[in-house]
Amino acid sequence: MRKNRNIMGIIKTKDLTFEYIRRDEDGNVEGITTAVDKVNLDIKQGDFIAILGHNGSGKSTLAKHMNAILNPTEGTVWVDGMDTSDESLTWNIRQTAGMVFQNPDNQIIGQVVEEDVGFGPENMGVPTKEIWERVEESLKAVGMYEYRKYSPNKLSGGQKQRVSIAGVLAMHPKCIVLDEPTAMLDPSGRKEVIRAVRALNDVEGVTVILITHYMEEIIHANRVFVMDEGKIAMEGTPREIFSQVERLKELRLDVPQVTLLAYELKKRGVKLPDGILTIKELADALTDLKCNTDTVKLSNL
Amino acid sequence: MSIILDHVNYIYGLDTPLAVKALDDVCLQIPDGQFIGIIGHTGSGKSTLVQHLNGLMKATSGSIYFNGADIYDEGYNMKELRSKVGLVFQYPEHQLFEIDVFSDVCFGPKNLGLDKKETELRAFDALKKVGLPDELFYQSPFELSGGQKRRVAIAGVLAMKPEVLILDEPTAGLDPKGRDEILHQIKKLQTETGMTIILVSHSMEDVAEYVDRIIVMNKGRVMFDDVPREVFRHYRELEDVGLAAPQVTYILHELQSRGLHVDVNATTIEEAVETITGALAEAGTVRYR
Amino acid sequence: MLRDITLGQYYQTESVIHRLDPRVKLAGTLLFIISLFFFRNFIGYLVAALFLAIVIKLSHVPFRFMVRGMKAIVFLLLITVAFNLFLTPGEALISFWKLTITKEGLEMALTMAVRLTLLIIGSSVMTLTTTPNNLTDGMEKGMRPLKVFHVPVHEVAMMMSIALRFIPILLEETDKIMKAQIARGADFESGNLIHRAKALIPLLVPLFISAFRRANDLAMAMEARCYRGGEGRTKMKPLVYQRRDGLAYLCILFYLVTGIGLGRLAL
Repeated sequence: MRKNRNIMGIIKTKDLTFEYIRRDEDGNVEGITTAVDKVNLDIKQGDFIAILGHNGSGKSTLAKHMNAILNPTEGTVWVDGMDTSDESLTWNIRQTAGMVFQNPDNQIIGQVVEEDVGFGPENMGVPTKEIWERVEESLKAVGMYEYRKYSPNKLSGGQKQRVSIAGVLAMHPKCIVLDEPTAMLDPSGRKEVIRAVRALNDVEGVTVILITHYMEEIIHANRVFVMDEGKIAMEGTPREIFSQVERLKELRLDVPQVTLLAYELKKRGVKLPDGILTIKELADALTDLKCNTDTVKLSNL
Repeated sequence: MSIILDHVNYIYGLDTPLAVKALDDVCLQIPDGQFIGIIGHTGSGKSTLVQHLNGLMKATSGSIYFNGADIYDEGYNMKELRSKVGLVFQYPEHQLFEIDVFSDVCFGPKNLGLDKKETELRAFDALKKVGLPDELFYQSPFELSGGQKRRVAIAGVLAMKPEVLILDEPTAGLDPKGRDEILHQIKKLQTETGMTIILVSHSMEDVAEYVDRIIVMNKGRVMFDDVPREVFRHYRELEDVGLAAPQVTYILHELQSRGLHVDVNATTIEEAVETITGALAEAGTVRYR
Repeated sequence: MLRDITLGQYYQTESVIHRLDPRVKLAGTLLFIISLFFFRNFIGYLVAALFLAIVIKLSHVPFRFMVRGMKAIVFLLLITVAFNLFLTPGEALISFWKLTITKEGLEMALTMAVRLTLLIIGSSVMTLTTTPNNLTDGMEKGMRPLKVFHVPVHEVAMMMSIALRFIPILLEETDKIMKAQIARGADFESGNLIHRAKALIPLLVPLFISAFRRANDLAMAMEARCYRGGEGRTKMKPLVYQRRDGLAYLCILFYLVTGIGLGRLAL
């Protein structure tokens, strides 16, 4: 990684807690909900992080703390060393950590693709000539350059999300937080978006924090956090996470069919390694078993 | 009895240079009591197709028969058709509007002109069928969770006592558990009432274990129409049109190509486990404990 | 499909008029409309029609698109003409039943018809040759002097441009909710006025909720992208006057002088 590494990670949280007060119709306090409960994270520059969790687990609330849309009730969040509760830093923080949201229609402001991508840089006061350069490179990075003159209304969901990603990228962030960017897309749209996100991380070296409940999407992450009731319930590599099928089911999540199949086979006594993630891995493991028996058979002859 | 589609065509923007054929010579028979999955990617015509089944959209040409009657006949009672063929749209929770859950579910039966007692009876019954807890009946629908709202919206259509229930992407936006819960509930509904159910989806994996029959739509045409295992046989062609068979299909084909004698037609995890352990036992690897 | 409705009916093509600065077109249209009310004789209208014809020719927009804008107001036009024709007192020309057409009435009716037609075609030329966002940009910059009077020019322009972006989305949503309620047996078409108004509740409530949700989402997305009002903002496509814009202003001036000059001659 060429980028200078901070000693403190790009995003760090300490005992991050977020509570909101529920009120009944007359405005009386009904109770307090703790959406995020004492979360400690330390994310390194260049990482690809996935945050998993069922609906209502607090993952989106957590995400909104990463660019100062929400401020913690207790605890602290630092983005590239900046405390998000310091209002004078809000705009620097939002430039450092960009955010892509779930609904493709509700985050595109421009009426033409290129104008939307230019919206962030315009707000930042970037000179006109540089805005054009940034728009061009961002659209190329997500593979939407040839659609730059299109109206967003004419694009598919996956294309709209890629435009939104380009819109954030044009602000030259160090980190990009994607809050369920694929939840409203069809399978091909989901693939498009995930491909674009991976390219950002691999090629541009942008730190990615991907929030999702689709398990196939987290396979490429360096580290996965699973949230439940506002807390980090599991943490590890995708392989470590996927090896705990029962635990994931408890957390209202599932695993890719291939992992589940491997898990069921293991339960039936087939000797397979833990946390199989891809079809190839499973096929390799099973053919290994078969080959071994073939050799045994041969040597018995 | 059934729904029959006879050479149905639908063209968007007819007489304009931008005319698009959304349905192209669709012929289908939907007998009573089947659980059908209609699969296709965005723009394949699947949503257009189901909106024809209850007369919300009118075919450019071709005929549709419901229980033997041509729905395009003059004087055909469209309102009755819509109560008999219930359609639950994508993100149906966006249509909720009443102050409490129960009144919202009453909207459908009330529109049918039923008396108060019958209306409430049906609403109550429908809410029970979708498995919504009693204590939520008199809450505002807007305070419920995503999955609960969706159940209320489905109940709103069920309360009209349709013979056919069509659900357009009923699991969109739900988390895995929420998705499984809704699909289980729908399956239960189907086995208990014997109602015809049509599930529109873009995910093969989701519907594979529930449905008896899969109709694959592509570019407004019916591409495949068969039992799931027969449809998944064409997994390469499905891939060409942006769809995918369940992962299990790929795994089994991969294993077969590597010389393991598995049955590639298995569609669910349980079936796959059986055939793989069988094949391994044959190869002499696994000893059952 | 509903999402194909383009507001302001922009006609995509390449022409001098299309390339003009939106401020020129806004000012030009405004001045053209004002000039129509200064004429006292038909020569003025002739000059105006000639000027408009040249602009239309230069815009490369087929004439039928201009007329299309007329269709919507044909009814209004007829009423205006009828009122003027029958209700202007003066020297009677023809009278039948209870109606009398006067000389003054005829003149007035003709003037009104010509005026309205020119007015509408004139403004169509502007909307047909200017994209809506170009237009809002033009308004924002053109109305900047109003800032002195605390008119929130940037905010108004931003609101207009967001509205333009969301109108097709909300139209489509209306269509969807309507269909969903029809599928639940709702009837939006029959019954008396009160009945129909009541039938709209199941459509309007979800539509408002959705609009608010979208507004909320959009506000968050805009803030996340560092939007904080017009202060300190740069422009990706700043409006800069070109030579051709200066020339266009000259042409407009020339039109005004000759048009009003000739149009006010007492014949």
